[in-house]
Amino acid sequence: MAEKKVILDHINDEGEQTLEVYQGHGGYKALEKAIKQMTPAQILEEVKISNLRGRGGAGFPAGVKWGFIKREALGPKYLICNADEGEPGTFKDRRVMTVKPHIVIEGIIIAAYCMGLDAGYIYIRGEFFEPYQAMDKAIDEAYAKGYLGKNILGSGFNFDLYTYLGAGAYICGDETALMNSLEGKRGMPRLKPPFPAQFGLYGKPTTVHNVETFSAVPSIIANGGKWYSDLGTSKSGGTKLFGISGHVERPGVYELNLGTPWKEFFEDIAGGVRGGKKLKAVIPGGSSTPVLLPHELEGMLLDYESIASRGSMLGTGAVIVFDETTDMVKVAWRAMKFYAHESCGQCTPCREGCDWFYDIFNRIYKGEGREEDLDKIENLSKFIGPNTICAFGDAFVTPALAFIRKFRSDFLEYIKKGKYGLKSGETSHA
Amino acid sequence: MDNMTNRTNEKTKTMNFSFNESSMNEFRRWEKKFPEDPAGRRSLVIPALWISQWQHGYISRDVINYVAEITQTEPLHVWGVATFYTLFKKEKTGKFLLQFCTNITCSLMGGDQVFVNTCKKLGVKAGETTRDGMFTAVEVECLGACGESPTLQVNEKYYTHMTDDEVEKLVADLRKMA
Ligand SMILES: Cc1cc2nc3c(=O)[nH]c(=O)nc-3n(C[C@H](O)[C@H](O)[C@H](O)COP(=O)(O)O)c2cc1C
Ligand code: SF4
Ligand code: FES
Repeated sequence: MAEKKVILDHINDEGEQTLEVYQGHGGYKALEKAIKQMTPAQILEEVKISNLRGRGGAGFPAGVKWGFIKREALGPKYLICNADEGEPGTFKDRRVMTVKPHIVIEGIIIAAYCMGLDAGYIYIRGEFFEPYQAMDKAIDEAYAKGYLGKNILGSGFNFDLYTYLGAGAYICGDETALMNSLEGKRGMPRLKPPFPAQFGLYGKPTTVHNVETFSAVPSIIANGGKWYSDLGTSKSGGTKLFGISGHVERPGVYELNLGTPWKEFFEDIAGGVRGGKKLKAVIPGGSSTPVLLPHELEGMLLDYESIASRGSMLGTGAVIVFDETTDMVKVAWRAMKFYAHESCGQCTPCREGCDWFYDIFNRIYKGEGREEDLDKIENLSKFIGPNTICAFGDAFVTPALAFIRKFRSDFLEYIKKGKYGLKSGETSHA
Repeated sequence: MDNMTNRTNEKTKTMNFSFNESSMNEFRRWEKKFPEDPAGRRSLVIPALWISQWQHGYISRDVINYVAEITQTEPLHVWGVATFYTLFKKEKTGKFLLQFCTNITCSLMGGDQVFVNTCKKLGVKAGETTRDGMFTAVEVECLGACGESPTLQVNEKYYTHMTDDEVEKLVADLRKMA
C-alpha cells in the first residue's frame, strides 16, 4: 500500500494555495455539485455513508454530529473549525491551512449548507500566524468568487466565514473552552451537557470539527460516500493524515487509508528508525495517547479500533518515534511538565493532580525520587479522570500510567541511582 | 509600582494608549466578524489585545483600560483574559522574542540543548532580555511543526531544524537587520 492523497493531493504544486490553481485541480466542483444538484438531506446521507469520523482526536462520527443540528430552529446557528492544533506531536492542520486553505473552506461551506448554518469561525492558534494569513487570503478569494457571503451560487443560501486568532492556551483546543475563548473570555471548558449542538457559541446551536475533518468533505461529495468509506475499514472510513516525528528516517505528514498496516507506514513509507537504530517505543496519536512498545505494534493497523485494542488511541495521528538511545524518564518528565503548565485550573483534581504528577516525575528525573513514588502515581490517578469537567484529566493520567508501567525498570533505576538524571543546566525548569 | 502616583495618574494614563490609524483600521475589520450586541462586543477583547500588542509591544495597564473601553467590558475582565493566554506579554521583551520549543519531539532532536546553549551565548537566563534590548529567549510548548524539529519561533516567524550553528547565524542576521 502506498500513500493515498485525497486531502494532500497536489499539495506540493506551485500556487496550490490560490483559488485559481486549486480550482484548476477540480477545486470547488464539490461545492457546486452540493449546492446545485443535491438537497441537504442527500448531503447528510453521503456523509453518513462515508463513515467519516472526527479527526480532532475523539473520532466521533461526523454524520451523526451533523444530524444533531435542527435546521428549522430559529435564530443564528454557527460552525467552528478547530485549528488550535496544540496536542504535542501534531503538525498536520498547519500544513493543510498553509498550503491548501481552499480545501478547508470548501468543506466548511458544504457542511454549513447541509446543516443550514449562518456563520463560521476558524479558530487558529495564536502561534500560527502564517496559516492565519493564508486562510484570510483564501477567504477573501472565496468571497470574491461568490462562494461565501450572500446568495451563494444563486442558491439563496447565505454564509459568512471568519478567522479568529487564539493567544496561546492548549486547553482552547477543547471545543467548549474554544467557544468561551471566541466569546472573549478565559478559555475554560464548559460542563457538558448541554452539548454544542444545542448550546454552543453565544448559546446557539453550533457544530465543531477539526481542520482535517472539514477537508475530507469535498472528496466525499465529489466521489460519493461509498467511495470514501471504501478507502478505510468497515468502521473507520477514508484516509487519515499522519504526522510522524522524532527518531525516524523521513519525518513529515503523510496521508494513508485508514487500516494501513503500521509496519508498511513506518518501514516502507517513513523509512523506519533513523540511522538504522533499534526501536524503543512509539507514541501513536499525540502526547495524550499511551506509549506503545515494539511488540505491541506487531500486526497493528492504523485505524481507531486496532490501536485501541492495544490500549492506546489513534488520537490526532501524531506518531512520535523513540529509538533505543531515548531516555524515557526524560520523555515522561517533559510530557508532564507540559500538562502541569496547561491545565486551566477550574477542577481541583486536575489542577492539583497535574502539579503533583509533575512534582513526582520531576523529582525522579532529578534523581530525588522515592521508592513509593510510582505507587503514588497509580493511586492518585484513580481520583482524577472521572472527576473533571473535560478530558484533560485523562489526557495526562493515561499516558503517565503507560510510561511508569512500561518503563518501570528505567524509573526504578533513576530512583536507585539517584542524582544522575538532570545534568545541571540541561533544561531551564522554567 | 508606586500606588499613589498610579492612582492620581489613572485618568491621564488611560489616555496614554490608544490605537493609531492602522490599528484602528485593523480593529474595524475585526468588528465586522461578530454580532452587533454586547456578547459580540466582548468577542473583540482578544483581537483588541492582539492589535494593542502589535502596536505597543506588550499589554500594559493602559492597554487594559483602553481595551475595556472599546469592547465595553470591565478592565478586570480584560486583565483576567490577558493573563490567561501565554502569548500576551505582560512586560516588554527584546526586539526579537526567541521562542524555543522544548516539547517531546523537539527535545528528542536536541532542541532543549540548543535553548540552553543559546541562553549561555546570549548571557541571559530563560525569560531574560539581553542588555542591548535585542533578544529575549524563552522556552515554549509544541509549536505544531514537530516534523521539522527542533523548532524556533522568532516573533511571528518559524525557523526549523535548529542547531547551535543555525541559531548563531540567525542571531547575527537579526542583529544586522535591526
Ligand atoms: C484538552 C483538549 C484539547 C483538544 N485539542 C484539540 C485540538 O487542538 N484540535 C482539535 O481539532 N480538537 C481538539 N480537541 C477535541 C475537541 O474538543 C473536539 O472534539 C473536536 O474539535 C471536534 O472535531 P472533530 O469532530 O472533527 O474531531 C481537544 C480536546 C481536549 C479535551
Ligand atoms: S479537567 Fe483540567 S483542563 Fe479540563 S476543565 Fe478541569 S481543570 Fe480545566
Ligand atoms: S515538539 Fe516542538 S514543534 Fe512539536
